[in-house]
Parts: sequence; structure tokens; C-alpha cells
Amino acid sequence: MTTPEAANTARPAHLDALEAESIHILREAAAQAANPVMLYSIGKDSSVLLHLARKAFFPARPPFPLLHIDTTWKFRDMIAFRDATAARLGFELILYTNPEGLRRDINPFDHGSAIYTQVMKTDALKQALTEGKYDIAIGGARRDEERSRAKERIFSVRGPGHVWDPKRQRPELWRLYNASLAPGETLRVFPLSNWTERDIWTYIQAEAIDVVPLYFAAPRPTVLRDGALIMVDDARMRLDPGETPVTRMIRFRSLGCYPLSAAVESTAASMAEVVAEMRATRQSERAGRLIDQDQDASMEQKKREGYF
Amino acid sequence: MPDSLLRVLACGSVDDGKSTLIGRLLFECGTIQDDVMAALERDSKRFGTVGGAIDYALLVDGLAAEREQGVTIDVAYRFFETPHRRFILADAPGHQQYTRNMVTGASMADIAVLLVDARKGLLAQTRRHAAIAALFGIRQVVLAVNKMDLVGFDQAVFERIAADFAALPGRLGGLRVTAIPVVARDGDNITSTSARMPWYAGPSVLAALEAASPAAPQAERGFRMPVQLVSRPSAGFRGYAGTVASGRIRPGDAVVNAVSLTEARISRIVTMDGDLPEARPGQAVTLVLDREIDVSRGDVLATAPLPPLADEISASVVWMDETPLFRGRTYGLMLGTRSVTGTITDIATRLDMDSLQEEPARELNLNEIGKVSISLAQPFACEPYAASRELGGFILIDRLTRATVGAGMIETARSGRGNVRWHRLDVDKTARAALKYQQPAVLWFTGLSASGKSTIANLVEKRLHAMGRHTAVLDGDNVRHGLNRDLGFTEADRVENIRRVAEVAKLFVEAGLIVLVSFISPYRAERLQARERVEDGEFIEIFVDTPIEECRRRDPKGLYAKADAGQLRNFTGVDAPYEAPLAPELHLPTMQAPPESLAEQVVEELRRRGIVA
Repeated sequence: MTTPEAANTARPAHLDALEAESIHILREAAAQAANPVMLYSIGKDSSVLLHLARKAFFPARPPFPLLHIDTTWKFRDMIAFRDATAARLGFELILYTNPEGLRRDINPFDHGSAIYTQVMKTDALKQALTEGKYDIAIGGARRDEERSRAKERIFSVRGPGHVWDPKRQRPELWRLYNASLAPGETLRVFPLSNWTERDIWTYIQAEAIDVVPLYFAAPRPTVLRDGALIMVDDARMRLDPGETPVTRMIRFRSLGCYPLSAAVESTAASMAEVVAEMRATRQSERAGRLIDQDQDASMEQKKREGYF
Repeated sequence: MPDSLLRVLACGSVDDGKSTLIGRLLFECGTIQDDVMAALERDSKRFGTVGGAIDYALLVDGLAAEREQGVTIDVAYRFFETPHRRFILADAPGHQQYTRNMVTGASMADIAVLLVDARKGLLAQTRRHAAIAALFGIRQVVLAVNKMDLVGFDQAVFERIAADFAALPGRLGGLRVTAIPVVARDGDNITSTSARMPWYAGPSVLAALEAASPAAPQAERGFRMPVQLVSRPSAGFRGYAGTVASGRIRPGDAVVNAVSLTEARISRIVTMDGDLPEARPGQAVTLVLDREIDVSRGDVLATAPLPPLADEISASVVWMDETPLFRGRTYGLMLGTRSVTGTITDIATRLDMDSLQEEPARELNLNEIGKVSISLAQPFACEPYAASRELGGFILIDRLTRATVGAGMIETARSGRGNVRWHRLDVDKTARAALKYQQPAVLWFTGLSASGKSTIANLVEKRLHAMGRHTAVLDGDNVRHGLNRDLGFTEADRVENIRRVAEVAKLFVEAGLIVLVSFISPYRAERLQARERVEDGEFIEIFVDTPIEECRRRDPKGLYAKADAGQLRNFTGVDAPYEAPLAPELHLPTMQAPPESLAEQVVEELRRRGIVA
């Protein structure tokens, strides 16, 4: 373990500014919200967000619960990490699965990624936010992830039905975040808006933040489909005729549902190696997310419908 | 590893090549990765405007509508870094109709990159962008004169444009300008100097950005920290969380709550990484004081010289809503971490974007910039914007839609009510009303012209008079003969009309009367304002609901006929809007009952509320 002082001296100065900005945003969200919640997706960005939330309210605990939309198709390592993290840090963890999707057994194999994502992620999130009557949902999205995210405000208003209208975004000036809402409106708040993937990893390393082991290379069972390396995480994986899992040294840059997250071949098994590999890569982070390539402008479309 | 963060605003006229320059910067700093580049090549063939070559605009224009229309609509944030500096670049739209998106990017910027097409020189949009950048306190500008290849790399063209920019009038004085001749498409003078323009000896765009200084850290000024929240995890701990706006502070230093003017000393500066020996500008900290003083969200902890506590401010305002800004209207204001309400008391001037000169104005329309005076319902601690973005910049919030509709920068602030004090009176409203054996109230009749407001109000007053109640009537037509003789029917005058009537109604309520107000009062915002002038329960909004066809048929004064013939302008229901009440205390649909029974309903409501026995 790195001590806080040692960690801080090792980190580049611009991360001090980004950290302070994120803490300011988290406090503004909490101070203005009636019933806030933090969306927790278990990945590296969520780990950083959780860490920043602890800093923002220290010595108090963050004044909101964590909400995880459980699609039932997350990697087993992610679920174990989620439960251990919430228990270790003393967070209230709310789990939500779309009951209708569960009843109809909506899954990525039979229904395809588009329908599956709509039902088990987008619809589930909207149901959970509506049922919980949350006025502010804090999430870990970053503007460098995708070009429509680059356009989104830090305090992003969603209309009735949780829809995003990119043409009706509020002006957002200075450090003034207007969280007042008309009836039927809610807010999504993105404290990591100005962070890049590189900042995230540099910060994780400097602050010695725990992340899911899947980010580090290890021998894992995989199949190669349409050029993407898919990990066989459990017995529900449908293998094509003649397809047998092959053990490869792999890791993940971005984690989602296991049949839809492509791995990269890598030997980077330590934090230092991951950071070095990430600095040298010529592929973007979401290249491994199969759901983004369904259609042109697909992220914007999903966001308009209420996806995070 | 980067050792600083610089916020850059990129702007310029449409088609001056801004997106190409940004794409080029990102590409040469290694921010664009192979799969993104491959997607860009695909998109360039499909949507591109440069004949199948790489169209960098597609990389930065992230919304589907932007790619379809080929214009930037909203600000996009892009990130890149060099070995020494990490950049946040706000890519701002050029069209005037998207000014509100541009100011979103301008408010936090340290430096602006302003694109100019060498063939066109300075355009109206260029001047507007320069004026907005200067207004928001951006003191450094990189003037990138693009498409130099299309003017034969002519040094004289470049120097003429640079000289034109330096000669811009008024507010643009004091800008530090670095003019650079570039060809964004080919990368000339973007990240390295160009061999095609040997006569230019200055820095590349990237070198200029690396050399720029971040906006002054303001460490040498008085300490200011707007309090975001009070942290009380246990009985033994009470801390005040916030981001330091300026100055430094150490344990043992005295601080004052600039709002309540109580003083204490800093005992600890708490963070999760351990207590700090000193807090500096930009740091997010939690301060513990050595004694309990009254501090809550919105207060400012400060050291001398203290920021003044003001309830009257004058400010430059950028208006960002389709509904114009009017004198007399009340808005929510957010400054630092404090939220108050404020009423526009004057609109002095508007900035003409062509001449960059101030001109007289009565209202501010979408994307206009003007100087206004605002009277605050509760005071706040603030400073001129030129001294502090954090305590001098505020937003205006529409109280009905809750949207952010204006951005303001304080020029002067004062405590006006310090001079005009309330006289404390020994006989108060309750005493005056008690003498009359009644409860004062405002019966606010709203509805279209000829809907029956005055008819019903007249019947109600007769009933009340017969019951021995003391009343007063304010009628729209009558008041316009006297008190409001100077007002017309524009939206701005209608707002002022209602403001005055609301004030008079309040005075009558203070006198203990039951006031019957019979005004079209078409806007929700003004009716809300009138409601807030009196105490809870004293305001009874009565919606006299008559369909416009029926009003037009009645037309006792022939006004609809004139309006329909175009002889009368701004007539409610014809060419001016009527915003029906959403939740009136009483809703009177006049087509279902005669005026006498509607008047009886009003009296019944007063009985139910205990206003009359």
C-alpha cells in the first residue's frame, strides 16, 4: 500500500485540479439534491468516482447510496468486487434488475445486443430511478469516451421519461451548477467529465485505488468472434459448433457485460504495466465495447432514450 | 508528466477552419487513436465536405444534427496533452444563435484561439467572439489567420488582419494578442513552424498555448471560500466544505463569515489525505473553526478586506432565453454557492455587436448583451467580476422553467437599502385590519380582455360592501388613466404595469383592505411576483376562463375587431400570448354559469378561507 503523502507527491499537478473540480461538483450535487443516488457500474471510473466521493465528504460518509443496475450478465469477478467494496467502505448498495426482462429471460445471445441493452440496461435504469424517486443521479461518464458525451453538460437535465434533448441543454457557466428542476425533470451529474482514460489510470496508480482484477492480464478462457476476444465467464456462454475456449493472456480496458466486452491480449499484470501499455496503445477504449457500433450516432441515440 | 492545466476556448466564424485546426492539434498530439481515425475516414467519405479527404470537423461535431447540417451547435470539450501541460479545449459554435453555448465554454477559459479566414479578414462574428471573450475576462488571445495558402502566403495580408484586430475598439483593450499565420489543413504553424512562411518568426499555435499563463491564481488577494455544505458526521465534528476562490489560509488565522459578520479562527484544514498546513486557491477543503459561529451553505468565509455585502448590483448580462429580459421581472440568482431572488430594476444599455458600442435598450433579447441593475431580495457577499470570477459571476434562473436564462458579471455592488431604511411603524397591518373586523386579502382576477373579470369583480365588491367589508378595486383600464399612464402594451411595459399594480395591492393589504385586482396579467411570472408581495394565504388567484371566440364575439370595446384588423398591436390572445394559471385558487369557467353565481362562488371561497364570516 502507498501512503497518501507518497501517493500525492507522485502525481502530476493537473490531477490536483481535476480532483478538486470533481469534489466541488460532488458537493454541489449533494447540497442541492433532495434525494441523490450514485450509479455504480463497478468499473475503473466507478472506482475513481467512489474514491472522490469519499474525499468530498470526509470525515462524513457520502450522503447517498450506490445503485447498481444488475443485468445478470456481469463478469463474476465484477460482482464479487462490487459486494466486497460496498461492505469494506460501508456504502448502502441498491441492486436493481428489470423484472420484466428477467421474466422473459432477455439475454445478449437470443435477443442481440440492441434489444438486450435497451431492456436490461436503459429500461432498468429508468425504472430504478423512477421507483427510487431520485432527483439527481451521479455517474462516472467522461467526455473523452465518445463524441456525443463530449457535448454533454456536467449537470445534464433529463426531461420526463429520463430523455436527453441535446438541443435544449442549459448553459453551464463558471462553477455554478443550476440543479433546480421543473416538474418531471431529473438530473444526471458527471463529476469525471473532464478526465481522460489516461488521467483515470494515473490517478488510480497514484492513489492506490482498488479496481476489478479483470483489468490486469491473466490466463483466461476465450473465444475469437468477428475479430473480438470474448471471455467465457460462465456456463451460460453459447459456443458455436466446433468452437472451443482457448486460454489466452488477456485483460480488459473497459468492462461491461461479459458477452459484449472484448478483451485485449496483454501481459500487463501490474498497475505500472497497465499504465505503460495504456500510454502506448493506438486503440481507443470503447473499441472493445460491442454495443457502440450497432449504428451511427448510436451513443447519442441511447442517451436520448435515457442510457447513461 | 504535465505540471499544469490550461483551459482553452476555440472560436471563430463559420467555415474559418476551426474544426480542422482542432482536429489537427488533437491528431498531432496523439489524441486520436487508430480505430477513431478509421471511423473518421469512413465518415469523411460519407458525410465529408472536403471531397473524401479527412474531414476533421466530423471528429469534433459529435451530435447527429451537427453532422447532418455541417455546423457546430453545442460546445464540445476536447482534451490533449504535451509533456508539460494538459489542455481542456472548449470547441465553441460560431453562429450567433448558439451564443449561449459559446459562453458556456468561455466562462472558465484562460485563453481563446480565434480563427480568421485570411481571404475574408475580420467578420462580424469574429468581432462578436472577441467581445464575448473579453467580457468574460479572457485576457490572452491567439489570433490564428487560417488558409494562408489561399492568399499565396502573403505576409501583407496577414499583417493587415493582425493590425485590424489590434485596432478593434472599446472593450477589447488590454487583450494580449498573438497573431499566427496558419494552414490548418496542412498543419502549417500548428504544432511546428512552417517552411512555407519563412517571414514568420513567432511561435506555432501549440507553442503559444504552452507559453500562455493560466488565469491569475489570485493567491495574493484576500481569502474567500464560498461554503458548499456543513459537515456534521458526529457531535464532535463541525466543518465547512468548499473550494478556495482566492487567497491562502492557515490554522490560527482569523476568518469572518462575510454574510453574518461573525469571526472565528481556523483550527484545522481537513482532507481525507490528512490535515493541510495551508489552503490555496482552487483546493477543495473542509475548514474547522475554533468556535461555533453561524455558517451555512451560501455564506462566504473571508479575510480582510472583506467582500462587500450587497443588495443592489449592476452587471453585464448575456441573455440566453427566447423570452426577453424585462425590467421589473424577478429571477433566481446563483452566485458562488448562494441562491437568492433578484428583480431587474433597470436596463441601461445594450452592446451593438456590429459597432461594439453601447446603445439604449428597454429589453434584452436572446444572445444580446446589456448592462442591467438588479435589486436582490436577500444580500450576498460579492466582488466585481474583474477581481473575481468566483464571487463576481452569476447566473439568472427562470423561476417557472428553472432553466438558466442569463449570465451576469458584476461591475458594481452596493448596499442600497442602507440608505433607504424601513420606518418601523407602531400600527401594523393586523391592527388596521382588526379595526375593520376583517382579514386583508388580494383577489387577483386574471383572464382575456372581455372575459368578464371586471363584471365579476364589481359584483363581488357589491356583495362585500353590503356585508360591511372594506374594499378597494384596481382595474386595468382605470389604472392606465393615472398611475400607469406612461406605459404602453409591449411585453416590457406589461411587466412594469403589473409590477406597479402588485405594489399598490400590497399597500392596500397593509391598510387592512380586501383588494380586488382586475387585470389581464397575461404572464405567470408577474402573477407569481404579485403573489410573493403579500403573505401566504393572502393572495387568491381567480382565473376568469372564457374562450377567445366568446370574448371576440362580446368585444364590448371593439378591441378584438381593431386587433384583427391590424390596427392594435400586442393584443393579448391575438398577437400577444396569454399564459393561463396552472393552479389558481379559483377557476371560473364563465360559459357554464351567469356572473352572479360566479361572484357567489368567490364570496363562498372567502368564507371558506375565513376572510369573511
